[in-house]
Amino acid sequence: MHELSVTEGLIKIIVDEAEKRNIRKISRINLVIGDLASIVDDSVQFYYDILSKGTAAEGAVLFFKRVAPAFACQQCHAVFEKKSYGYRCPECGGKSIILEKGQEFYIESIEVETDED
Amino acid sequence: MKIDVRRNILEANQELALQNREFFQKNKVLVVNIMAAPGAGKTSTILKTVDLLRKKLRFLVIEGDIASRIDAEKMESRGIPVVQINTGHMCHLDANMIKGALSKFTYGADNILFIENVGNLVCPAEFSLGEGLNIVISSVPEGHDKPYKYPGVYLKADAVILNKMDTLGSIDFEKDSFYEGIKALHADLPIFEVSCKTGEGFTEWGEWLLGKYRENFPQTML
Ligand SMILES: Nc1nc2c(ncn2[C@@H]2O[C@H](COP(=O)(O)OP(=O)(O)OP(=O)(O)O)[C@@H](O)[C@H]2O)c(=O)[nH]1
Ligand SMILES: [Mg+2]
Ligand SMILES: [Zn+2]
Repeated sequence: MHELSVTEGLIKIIVDEAEKRNIRKISRINLVIGDLASIVDDSVQFYYDILSKGTAAEGAVLFFKRVAPAFACQQCHAVFEKKSYGYRCPECGGKSIILEKGQEFYIESIEVETDED
Repeated sequence: MKIDVRRNILEANQELALQNREFFQKNKVLVVNIMAAPGAGKTSTILKTVDLLRKKLRFLVIEGDIASRIDAEKMESRGIPVVQINTGHMCHLDANMIKGALSKFTYGADNILFIENVGNLVCPAEFSLGEGLNIVISSVPEGHDKPYKYPGVYLKADAVILNKMDTLGSIDFEKDSFYEGIKALHADLPIFEVSCKTGEGFTEWGEWLLGKYRENFPQTML
């Protein structure tokens, strides 16, 4: 629901990185986003295409690596991703505790096309 | 060619939140960010808490709403210093909005600043404001499934208030399921069962909050 302000922040960082490294054109941006981060990929790309016009960030493709939260069963110790309604273990039905939160929200890397590529 | 960047997309907000936090620390303000669905009882809980503790602490309030000053007027009518932030189209408050409001208050010896975030269980969880505590208010009529549907906001919480306990008899609310959902996310999260209507549960909540103030500002005379 706040994709617009998130995209603005993203572009600021990308333009900053491009200037720092004298990059004229970025082809791809790799993002790591937890599933619990409430953001819609397509919507970010949509705003990105509009807001990045005329900057070194223009035209880049956004790649979203999604990280799912993981839970550990307190009974049989199975580790699982939440799939259904509850947080019960799909193996034994035991109660679980969250292990990995899936709240990542960062830029991992940018890719630039060079002559050797 | 791939270039490592490793930067948080919300870093600009994080930086401002840190600055706000320093400001609050210096001015002896414990900032309590209240997050909840529309109508869960954010305003009612703030008012009740102020009634309970205003002899001990000085209370300040920031009201975040898409539009209107309705909640701010409720605070004003009781003599509570309040700043209204209207976010327009925005679904949450951010650190920059809070920064803009800081200078509108005067600060005394022991202050608690309640920030009533925009009624929303999703977006406020992602934007730090510089707060010292994050409180989620759930209410019985919303149903027991909220910790399953909106895990992000509960993961951020330092405590949960379960409000409108007076309605428990007339609503199908499975308390065990609610607790199980929260415990899966946060094994030792304090949960306070209260009713703004009857006042039940507020003594425990008030004691806890006061304890948090002392924890944050050990030099206090409170
Ligand atoms: N029965 C009952 N009603 C309550 C309780 N707490 C709040 N209410 C009522 O619930 C309604 C919403 O309460 P508010 O305190 O305005 O809720 P809010 O979360 O601030 O609402 P918004 O700011 O509009 O998102 C009001 O009509 C309150 O009187 C409670 O413990 N029991
Ligand atoms: Mg309100
Ligand atoms: Zn199991």
